[in-house]
Amino acid sequence: MRLQDHILVPKHEILKEEEVEKLLKLLGVSKEQLPKIKVTDPIVKEIGAKAGDIIKITRKSPTAGVSIFYRFVVE
Amino acid sequence: MYPKKISTIKFEVLSPQEIRRMSVAKLNNPETYDDDGFPVESGLMDTRLGVIDPGLKCKTCGGKAGECPGHFGHIELAAPVVHVGYAKIIARLLSGTCRECGRILLKDERRDKFIREIERLKALGQSYEEVLKEVFRLTKAAKKCPHCGAEQIEIKFEKPTSFYEILDPEKKEEQKLTPKDVRERLEKIINEDLLPFGLDPKAVRAEWFVLTVLPVPPVTVRPSIILETGQRSEDDLTHKLVDIIRINQRFIENRDAGAPQQILEDLWELLQYHVTTYLDNEVSGIPPARHRSGRPLKTLAQRLKGKDGRFRGSLSGKRVNFSARTVISPDPCISIGEVGVPEEVAKELSVPIFVTPNNIEVAREFVLRKQSPKASYVIRPDGKRIRVIDTNQEEIAEKLEPGWIVERELMDGDIVLFNRQPSLHRMSIMAHHVRVLPYKTFRLNPAVCPPYNADFDGDEMNLHVPQSLEAQAEAKILMAVQEHILSPRFGGPILGGIHDHITGLYLLTRGEKKFEKEDAMEFLRAVDLSEIPAKDEYMGKEIFSFILPKISIKFKAEICQGCAICKEESCENDAYVIIENGKMLKGTIDEKAVGAFKGIVIDEIMRKFGSSITKKFIDDMTKLAIRVITRLGFTIGIDDEDIPKEAVQQIEETISEAEKRVEELIRAYKEGNLEPMPGRSLEETLELRIMQELGKARDRAGKIAGRYLGMDNSAVIMAVSGARGSMLNLTQMAACIGQQSVRGERITRGYAYTHRTTSHFRSMDLGSKARGFVRSSYKSGLSPIEFFFHAAGGREGLVDTAVRTSQSGYLQRRMINALQDLKVEYDGTVREQTSGVIVQFKYGEDGVDPMKSFRGKAVDVKRIIREIMEVKE
Ligand SMILES: [Mg+2]
Ligand SMILES: [Zn+2]
Ligand SMILES: [Zn+2]
Ligand SMILES: [Zn+2]
Repeated sequence: MRLQDHILVPKHEILKEEEVEKLLKLLGVSKEQLPKIKVTDPIVKEIGAKAGDIIKITRKSPTAGVSIFYRFVVE
Repeated sequence: MYPKKISTIKFEVLSPQEIRRMSVAKLNNPETYDDDGFPVESGLMDTRLGVIDPGLKCKTCGGKAGECPGHFGHIELAAPVVHVGYAKIIARLLSGTCRECGRILLKDERRDKFIREIERLKALGQSYEEVLKEVFRLTKAAKKCPHCGAEQIEIKFEKPTSFYEILDPEKKEEQKLTPKDVRERLEKIINEDLLPFGLDPKAVRAEWFVLTVLPVPPVTVRPSIILETGQRSEDDLTHKLVDIIRINQRFIENRDAGAPQQILEDLWELLQYHVTTYLDNEVSGIPPARHRSGRPLKTLAQRLKGKDGRFRGSLSGKRVNFSARTVISPDPCISIGEVGVPEEVAKELSVPIFVTPNNIEVAREFVLRKQSPKASYVIRPDGKRIRVIDTNQEEIAEKLEPGWIVERELMDGDIVLFNRQPSLHRMSIMAHHVRVLPYKTFRLNPAVCPPYNADFDGDEMNLHVPQSLEAQAEAKILMAVQEHILSPRFGGPILGGIHDHITGLYLLTRGEKKFEKEDAMEFLRAVDLSEIPAKDEYMGKEIFSFILPKISIKFKAEICQGCAICKEESCENDAYVIIENGKMLKGTIDEKAVGAFKGIVIDEIMRKFGSSITKKFIDDMTKLAIRVITRLGFTIGIDDEDIPKEAVQQIEETISEAEKRVEELIRAYKEGNLEPMPGRSLEETLELRIMQELGKARDRAGKIAGRYLGMDNSAVIMAVSGARGSMLNLTQMAACIGQQSVRGERITRGYAYTHRTTSHFRSMDLGSKARGFVRSSYKSGLSPIEFFFHAAGGREGLVDTAVRTSQSGYLQRRMINALQDLKVEYDGTVREQTSGVIVQFKYGEDGVDPMKSFRGKAVDVKRIIREIMEVKE
């Protein structure tokens, strides 16, 4: 079973190199200043992200419709 | 210059060498001052330790009092003593190491495993306390040394500073370890063996926990004070140090004279006592050292510990200038944006005027004034403060120039910050404008009580005067009361009418009441209105409309009975409020319309017209309501809850029936005929059914009483309009108090072995009376047994509030500490200020400021549609 198929698990995707650059420039931060997620996290394993990647999480939100969150994958 | 950052703080233990190295004098004279009043050489006031008397010079640095920072001295202890603060770790070390070879009572591999585990947890920044406990447990249990094979003897630690070897547990044979023995054992422990005990050998050696030399703090730390009588009074620390030196010298003399062992031991014990109490005078197990007057001495630990200690009392909490505190009392005649300040307070507090070419005349006028508000001080550009008095005011006014600062007394219109503890949310500190008033209390409009959570049963509040133009502007723009009418907590109004405001407007607007011209004018007298249509009679709703801004709104009032289908404008209860374009057409104004936390009308005005108009509305509303209620009169008394005989009869019957049904339930339970409810045991079912039955009985009794307490009853008016009290309060007063409970259950506590609550009942009695059902009303009075159960139930409430406030206070503190340096940036992200770490990419997921939201929602769709439809028409 894929974790992502569960209704309570929001969409996780690995951000592409150029998107990462754009995001970090937009926010004016380094990767270390983003919220973190462990490589050992089941969802990280499932989408095949490696330490150093940035994951984009798209959640449904009762107040905002969709809410986008980013996490930096760490050891 | 870049600010320097502290990366690490490391705590180490002072070694005897270090204590001697930092010492400027070895002290051995118990005298402090000689007959001429000069400090004695090698005494505790030795001038090498610094000076406090003006005129004397420090022998170490040459500085005078105030210049010399003070220097440490030391006392060479004639015999070692245990440091109380380290007694526990000494106990761990003694029972964890070999009494012969001093090695840790673990095999090397085992020891290294623990060391690695501690290193790992340290690196993660986690607590390794558990590992230390495990080491202690294992080493204490060891019977034989794994290194030299020596038999181990159990160590007994007797608080606060004694250690024994238990030679024979059966015969209670014990051998006391002197501090000297202890120190010798600790000396034998090798550096590597210290690590598993949580000690860093680079910072500490085990034997340093036993003192051989005692540092003496400089005199600046323990200054003596001169009493009015001219007598010198020494600091508590000095007293204690004198004791230590005296005993220390006695010990030396006796030892040198070859005194018997017993005497030496007693003196040693005494020395240990003095050093222990010098460090901490509140250790359990020994009597605290006392002053001659019987007051316990405040020694080192007492200076740091507790509420008034160095940390909580002097570092975290500081006293501020330009502030005042006094009792508060209500004044419905001042604006919600004002605060009444007593004349005496206004005279004492000051506001600086920074003199410029533009305001020099104004400033000069204040300097020349003979009455308040006048200038109290002027500050010249060179920083000199000059007090303005009758004899020099003209001279100062003459000399006044741009660049000077004139400090004038507080006056009407000044902006001040007003605060009530506990400051749990931002509305606990708001900016008010000053109104200087006679008498001695701070006055505030009762409509601002809810955000401060204030009442007038003796509450005190604080006032602070901002001292710069920037601070004053900031307070006015960001902290003014009117900017906090909507709460960021739930996106609705937190300010609003309370108690009499609600009752007053209820009386004014309910039904089709007409008021004579004279009454109407009296009601509106305090309200600032430009025009009123001339009439002989005014409708109540019309009068209220005079103060309403042009809003249109429809809603159900608090008094709405909640009919299945709302008849809206034709509601016979006049509970459906219709306001059209500032004209009130239907309904009754009550808590739902203008009350704090609810106030739909206030909310609407705020959204449509903003804070200034809303402020004026609340001011007008409170003034109007107070005048209405004072003119019409409103009172309650004990006979308001009188109900006729037949009602009492009916209530009696209802309750008796319910009690009978309870008896039947109990009988059914005992005979085994009770059907258990799904998922419940038989006992639970019985309890639930009984509670249900008795609850219903009380409700029915309340309804019966309610029928006889009509809508003209003052207490009922207050309950239904939401001004104060509830129908339950009335039920309990007039009809029946009902079931008392502890922890949500009927009262079952009492003599457990007899299975009854009190001795008035038979064992195992499950009846309503025996389990805390109070059938009396407050008016009729309770029987002694009922009174007892009522007290039991009432106590739970008291305990709950006491526990909850302390718990929520601590929770609040932790949350504030965690959140204090998070900030919403201009791009909508939430970031941690020092590290720049992002916490949220959009504040609260939706980027909505809850204060500007509509009751928590980002937009009020209904309202937008309504407004667009209005424009179309
Ligand atoms: Mg109070
Ligand atoms: Zn000095
Ligand atoms: Zn050994
Ligand atoms: Zn209705």
